[in-house]
Amino acid sequence: MDALQLLVSGLANGCIYGLIALGFVLIYKATEAVNFAQGDMMMLGAFITLGLNNEAWLGLPFWLAVPLAIAVMAAIGYLLDALVLRRMFGQSQIAVVILTIALGFIARFIAGAIWGHEPQSLESPIAGMEVRVGGIVLGLDEVAVIVVTVVLTGVLYLFFSRTRLGLAMQATSQNQLAAYYMGIPVKRVHSLTWALAGAMAAIAGILFATKGAIDPNSGLLGIKAFAAAVIGGFGSLPGALLGGLIVGLVEPFSARYIAAGFSQIMPYLILLLILVFRPDGILAQVRQKKV
Amino acid sequence: MSDVPLLEVRNLETYYGPIMALRGVSLAVHHGQIVAVLGANGAGKTTLMRTISGVLEPEKGQVVLEGEEVTAREPDEIVRRKVVHVPEGREIFPLMSVRENLLMGAFTRSDRDGIAADMDMVCGYFPALAERLDQEAGTLSGGQQQMLAIGRGLMARPRLMLLDEPSLGLSPILVKEIFAILRRLNAEQAVTMLIVEQNARTALDVADYGYVLELGRIVMDGPAERLRASKDIQEFYLGMKDESPRGRRRWKARKTWR
Repeated sequence: MDALQLLVSGLANGCIYGLIALGFVLIYKATEAVNFAQGDMMMLGAFITLGLNNEAWLGLPFWLAVPLAIAVMAAIGYLLDALVLRRMFGQSQIAVVILTIALGFIARFIAGAIWGHEPQSLESPIAGMEVRVGGIVLGLDEVAVIVVTVVLTGVLYLFFSRTRLGLAMQATSQNQLAAYYMGIPVKRVHSLTWALAGAMAAIAGILFATKGAIDPNSGLLGIKAFAAAVIGGFGSLPGALLGGLIVGLVEPFSARYIAAGFSQIMPYLILLLILVFRPDGILAQVRQKKV
Repeated sequence: MSDVPLLEVRNLETYYGPIMALRGVSLAVHHGQIVAVLGANGAGKTTLMRTISGVLEPEKGQVVLEGEEVTAREPDEIVRRKVVHVPEGREIFPLMSVRENLLMGAFTRSDRDGIAADMDMVCGYFPALAERLDQEAGTLSGGQQQMLAIGRGLMARPRLMLLDEPSLGLSPILVKEIFAILRRLNAEQAVTMLIVEQNARTALDVADYGYVLELGRIVMDGPAERLRASKDIQEFYLGMKDESPRGRRRWKARKTWR
């Protein structure tokens, strides 16, 4: 019984890591840049929802605040690429990495300036509710996180395999030059990928905020999600989710069965082992270009 | 053949960083023609193609499509004007299926029926692709990947195809096969073609008109028959030995254009 509750809360945490990791991988695959601000974009998405929804701020209905926040984050992602990152085109990877780290600091500062540095809770309609399955009590918020992630995974799969834009994003990430030759507007596709990553960050942020309090430093969770992406195989979308789930599950179980402090160490221990024994991650895409 | 050429390139100069890859290239492709640009490694053939398709920006000069200047436009605008670049080295999308690769060729179109009809048309020309529509493109053989690259280009319904070394790395039989298909496409689908090739013999066999590109300059041009008959082309591009009355090679191995 105890183990089952650990399993559910671990899965719920893992889903959030996985969603942030998806954002990392989406942008990396499309533009070959790593966006270290992905965790902070999650935090920003959570605060925007909180700002729209909570009585103390705008007090909009929850179901209106959620799509609005997702749309705002998508717009922010699009504009970040179109106005800032596109100018870095052709610069070294390091420059882009530093830039995204700086963007993360800016996001933290802005969130702190607007919403303050004290932890706050999102007034969501499902906060504190419970579901009983058999003799087990599960938080509705945790179940909701898992359900939303499963649905979102399905939607993303259909988007990438069925829609014109999804296929164009795949094509651009696999062979940018050929994508240009096909008449795919590569720069716009890059910006749209950032928009998608922004929307994903917002969803992850909303789910995170339904589970507990948020503050401007919540975005540091992104580091753990980055580890999850590397564990799963950087460059693989299913890998990102898998890595997230592994990290999410390892935390509560190691705290329960080894010692409390181990929940902080274990994800990075796994990361270390993966890097030594399977450097491309668990679900690495083996890609060789024939010449 | 109308008076205004389908494609006209005027005095194009393109740099790769500090290296001047094109040093003032001018050429014209008329409707319905197959035009070949011959040249060795590093002559600037690929640079020329990339400059026309908008991937590279020229320093000077103009690219003109049917009298309209399109120099340095975004590549997708060039494709929307029905000019498609079929790149060398079979630049395909390796992790996508053959069908998805072909659909990407039709990215700039939105007429579903037309796209479906053209998919059938491509499968008709390339039966090897028709059998492998759901296979991952990266697992195709070299020849099949080249066919896929050409088929993918056709999916845009091009007026003009820019073919960059379609013979690269293929066996002589496959080269013959692919050039036979190119000739058919030119006749049956009214696709005008600009082919750059190292394989001068094959290219001059299908072409109506030819240019010779050396170190970024056009050094010679003329109808294909005349180029085939030219002593210099024979010696330096077709590898024929010129038997002089004294029974030996020309003692001065110099090209007349130098």
